[in-house]
Order: sequence, then C-alpha cells, then structure tokens
Amino acid sequence: MPATTDLEHLGLDAGGHLLVDRTLAALAPGDRLTVQGSSPALKVHLAAWCRSQGHGFEDGDPPVVRKGEALTQRWAGAERAGSPAGPPMALADARWGLAARGALVEAGGPPLRLPLVERDHVWADVAPQLYAAAAAAQWDPATAVRWDAGTEAPADVEAAVVQLMTYLVENEQAALVIPARLLTRVHPHFREVVQLLAVQAADEARHVEVFSRRAVLHGDTIGTSGAGGRASLQTLLDEPDFTLAGFLLSVLGEGTFLDLLRFIHTHAPDVVTADVTRLALQDEARHVAFGVAHTTHAARTDPAFLAHLRSAIERRHSALLDTAGLNAEVYDSLVLLAAGSWEPAALARGWQAVQQLQYAMDQGRQRRLQHIGFPADEAAELSALHSRNFM
Amino acid sequence: MAGTLLLGAVAYDPKVVTIWDGFRVWLRTQDLDLDYVLYSNYERQAEDLVSGRIDVAWNSPLAWVRARRLAQARDIPLRPVTMRDTDCDLTSVVVVRADSDVQELADLRGRTVATGAVDSPQATLLPLHLLRSVGLDPGTDVAVRRFDIGVGLHGDHVGGERDAALALAAGEVDAACMIDGNSLLFAREGVLPPGARVVGQTPVYDHCTMTAGPSADPRLVDRFGELLLGMSYADPELRPLLDLEGLKEWRPPRLEGFSQLERAVDGAGFYDDSGRVRARDYRP
Repeated sequence: MPATTDLEHLGLDAGGHLLVDRTLAALAPGDRLTVQGSSPALKVHLAAWCRSQGHGFEDGDPPVVRKGEALTQRWAGAERAGSPAGPPMALADARWGLAARGALVEAGGPPLRLPLVERDHVWADVAPQLYAAAAAAQWDPATAVRWDAGTEAPADVEAAVVQLMTYLVENEQAALVIPARLLTRVHPHFREVVQLLAVQAADEARHVEVFSRRAVLHGDTIGTSGAGGRASLQTLLDEPDFTLAGFLLSVLGEGTFLDLLRFIHTHAPDVVTADVTRLALQDEARHVAFGVAHTTHAARTDPAFLAHLRSAIERRHSALLDTAGLNAEVYDSLVLLAAGSWEPAALARGWQAVQQLQYAMDQGRQRRLQHIGFPADEAAELSALHSRNFM
Repeated sequence: MAGTLLLGAVAYDPKVVTIWDGFRVWLRTQDLDLDYVLYSNYERQAEDLVSGRIDVAWNSPLAWVRARRLAQARDIPLRPVTMRDTDCDLTSVVVVRADSDVQELADLRGRTVATGAVDSPQATLLPLHLLRSVGLDPGTDVAVRRFDIGVGLHGDHVGGERDAALALAAGEVDAACMIDGNSLLFAREGVLPPGARVVGQTPVYDHCTMTAGPSADPRLVDRFGELLLGMSYADPELRPLLDLEGLKEWRPPRLEGFSQLERAVDGAGFYDDSGRVRARDYRP
C-alpha cells in the first residue's frame, strides 16, 4: 500500500513539492508515494519534477512517485562539523569550510585553507563568555562620551592631553590591525574566538575614533609620533604566530595599558578625557582577559610553550635595544597631567605618580606572567624586558 | 588504456567547459584518455562525427536524428553509448492563459502559437508535430510565431522557450510551446501567467544521447560507456559535475524514444532521409 499525500489545490509551481518532499523523507528508496491534488498541471509538473530530482514517476490517476536514491547518495558521505553548542573539536576539518559548527556537511565543495585549525592553538574555555560580555558591552561613541560637558582642561595641561591622545591613537591602530589579521587565519569552527577578535578590532576602531576626537576637541593640531614608539609597535605587527602575537599584544601590551588608561582617567582634567579612557579601559580589560586565558591554555596543554613565550619577549627586546622606545614627549605629558601645572612642587608630585605608574605596570605584568605559568623570578625578569613604549 | 577518445560537445553555455574539463580529469584517473572539442552548433558536430573527425558526440536528440540519417546514407555504423536519466520520458506541452477560450488543441485553428527556435525539438518540432497530429497544419491552420534564440543549439538555449512564454503572458499569442520541465520552471518564476493551462501534451520522448562514430576505437568506447555508467552521485568529486550536467545517473542507451522526433522532422521537412538540411530558414 503506497503512502499518500494530498496537495489539495496546491500546485508544484507554488510550493507543492514541499509536501511531496516531506512525505518522501520518511520513505526508503524504491518506495511509492501516491500524490493527490486538484491543480490542473499536477501530472505534467510532477513528472518533470520527479525527473529533475531523480525520482521515478508512474503516470496514473492519481500519479505515483517512486522515491529515487539521489538524496540518500548526496548525504551518504556527510558528517557533522562537531556539535553546535561546543566545545569545539580538537581539530577543525578544512572540508567543513564555512559550515556552521554542528552542521551536517555534504561531502565535496572547496576546502577552506586556513592555517589555524587546532583548538589548542587558538582556544580558551572562557572565550564564549568573553564574547557574550563583549557583545553586551558595546557602546556608541556618539552618546557614551559626554562631548558637550563643557569642562575644559587648563591650558597648561591641554597640550599634554593632546599628546597622550595622539600616542593612544597610534597604539590603538596597532591593536586594531593585529586581531583583524589574526582572525582571518582562524578556522570558523572556533567561532567564539573569531567573534571575540572581530569585536576586539571593532573596540579598537571606536577607541581610535574617540581618542582622535578628543585630541582635536579644542584645537586643530595634534601631537608627535616618535620613531621608537612606531618601531616598538612594528615588532607586534611582525609576530606571525597567533599565540605569541596575542601574548605580546594583549597580555603584555594591553595589560600594561590597563594601568596607563587608569592613570589618565584618574588624572583626567576634563570630563571627555575621563569618559574616553574609562570606556577604553573596560574594553581593554576583556582583551587582556582573553589574551591571558588563551596563553594559559596554550602553556598548560604544552608546558614547553613557556620557552616560546620567553623567546618572543627576548626577541622583541633585542629588536628594540637600539630604539628610543617611548616618545619622551609622552612621558613628560604623563608627568604634567598628574602634576596639573608647571609649578615645581606639582611637577615633583607628577614625577612621583609616573614612577608609581611604572611600578604598577611592572607588578601587573609579573602577576599575569605568573598566572600563565612562569615562576616568580622569571616573571620579574621577563617583565623588565618589556617595551619602554608600554604597548 | 592506450589511445585517446575524442569527444565533441556543443558549447551552449560556459558551464560546458567546466563539465567536460571535470569529466576529462576524472576519466583520466580511471585510465581513459579522453579529450574534447567544443562546437558552436550541432550540425557541424553531427557531420564531424559521421566523417570520423571526432570519436563520440554528446548529441541532442535532433543531432542524433541527423547523424543517424547521414550515417545510414553512407552505410556507416553509429553506436549509441549512454544517456542521462533526465533524458528519458520527456514531454512537451502547449500552454494557454487561464482566461483563454481554447480548451483543446483543435481550438487553436486560426490562432497564433509561439514556439522556441526553429531547431528546438522540444519547443518547436515536437509540439508542431503534435498540432499536425490533430489536423492543424502549422503556418496554414495555425500561425506560428517563432523565437529564434540560439539557433544551431537545438533548443539547448532556453531563451526561445522563455520568450514564447513571455509572449503568451503579454497576450501577443494564443498559446506557447515548451518542454514540461520548463512549464514548471516558468510557472515558478512567474514568467507564465498565473493559472496557465496545458491544452496539449506530446507522448513521451527521449532527449540527449552519447553517440560513437566510425573513427572510435571500440575498446575505448566500451571503457567510456562503462565508466560513465559507473559514475555515482554519492561521489563528492563527481556530484557537482553531474549536477551541472543535470543528471543523477547515466543509463544504457535506447533508441525507441527518438521515433516521434524522426516523424516530426519528416513532417516539418527539416532534414531529408540522407540527413541534408532542408529547412529553408535554418542558418546554424
């Protein structure tokens, strides 16, 4: 007794094939399906449709579809690309291409040739939560900053703020390019990592915007860009390895920047400077969190990896030995910002504050290096090798 | 296996290159050295097959009829090799608008019917033969408005049929002729007017067929047929090519499905018994 489906008035030219397909899905190749319906062209269209789909057609009243093998054959070699909820598989298959994680992937099609296909080379268990937090914490530069607050920095300090903003823009441009470049090399099976890096790049795009806008808020001239600072950033751009690049940028560079942004925020002479550094600080904390979590993951899955991290720091240090590092005008601007005026006594306080800042930066780096797995003495030694440019 | 099998195919669409490049690569991995040449029309391909310039031809049904007649006139054997599952048991239909007073083919007397190109089996020769079978002489009893798109491609180019359907929708003609599959396609696309009715349908016929000519090494043809018939839709390497070529499996050839077209060709005076082109307004 063949199965039956009744299309009623629905023709195959208006979606009737969905009902036929749905009923056929439960049948085995060779099984017969009687198709009833009142569409005038039903038999003509059904015969043509069956031919195109690889089904047999028996002309009768009503007509009968004999299920073919094409659909079974199409999905014969299909496999699931892991599970949708994760965690991701240890190895992402190039043949999965851009398929959603967990999708049933038809065999064939072009392989996706990306270099980063091993979970432990890109992953951190906290990546999904960090991505969710990042997506929820997106802010609008137009409204999140009180651009019209009306407070202005004293004229003496304004130039220091402009110089610091100029420096921040330069550094954030490096911090934008690096995750943007890394994410194009990660297999999309590790989608939370790709998403997180995409948001990280978007975060930096907003930082570049708000720092640029603050720089010219009260004038049309911005500060200087030192060759040593740019050389320092170039070494970050030049690091090809995913984990090492993330380690140098996010753990050491952005980690150091947490203290820097907090410092500028604390000493901000106006509302806009306070707002832009506060907002950037929130984002940077997430970048650092992923950098630390992934580097820790990498070091725990391969303890020998600590040696690579150490080499990366030493390599960068050697490359920067002959450069000035931090632009002297940036350093002086930090002192003046904390001083609040050119009074000698104030400058002494400012100088002291920047000394404390550098100590805090060093302590923070050591803490993160120890978290990743370095012994305390080695962490202290490596922290001292960090770029004078802070990032 | 020594020797090269040279196949001819008509370049009715750029995908033909992808298809035969892909098949060539695959067949060579199966130890069959296949090469192919592309033709701009089926007439030269049929002539070259019979003359031995190519070993096998991927023939339209009309090209099969022509090649068979040319070969028979010269007492040359042709050998059908294979055909697609989708080449079996096709029909063509004559369609009218929903509000038409035409209920059956006989009602088309004195009316205008749109067809595809002059050399389209499915959208011109076979449906006009259907009209003749009910006593309507195309050009005399029924005016024919032909849409000559892709002449020489034997109707492989769908443009003529689509223009015929558009003319029906625009009210310029009383009926339009097309293959059953395109009546479904055009209805889905909205090219056919809503509620368009089928007032005539041909008996089933067969479509393309792979044909070996006198120059082909029989062992290579055997191997070629065997390999085509062995192609599996489950093979992810072959499936995209089979999808492009519009089949799920190759089937053994059969010849009974071309008799209707043979009669249609005679009825229209398209070719003579020796395979010479007799249609006066046909310039491939």
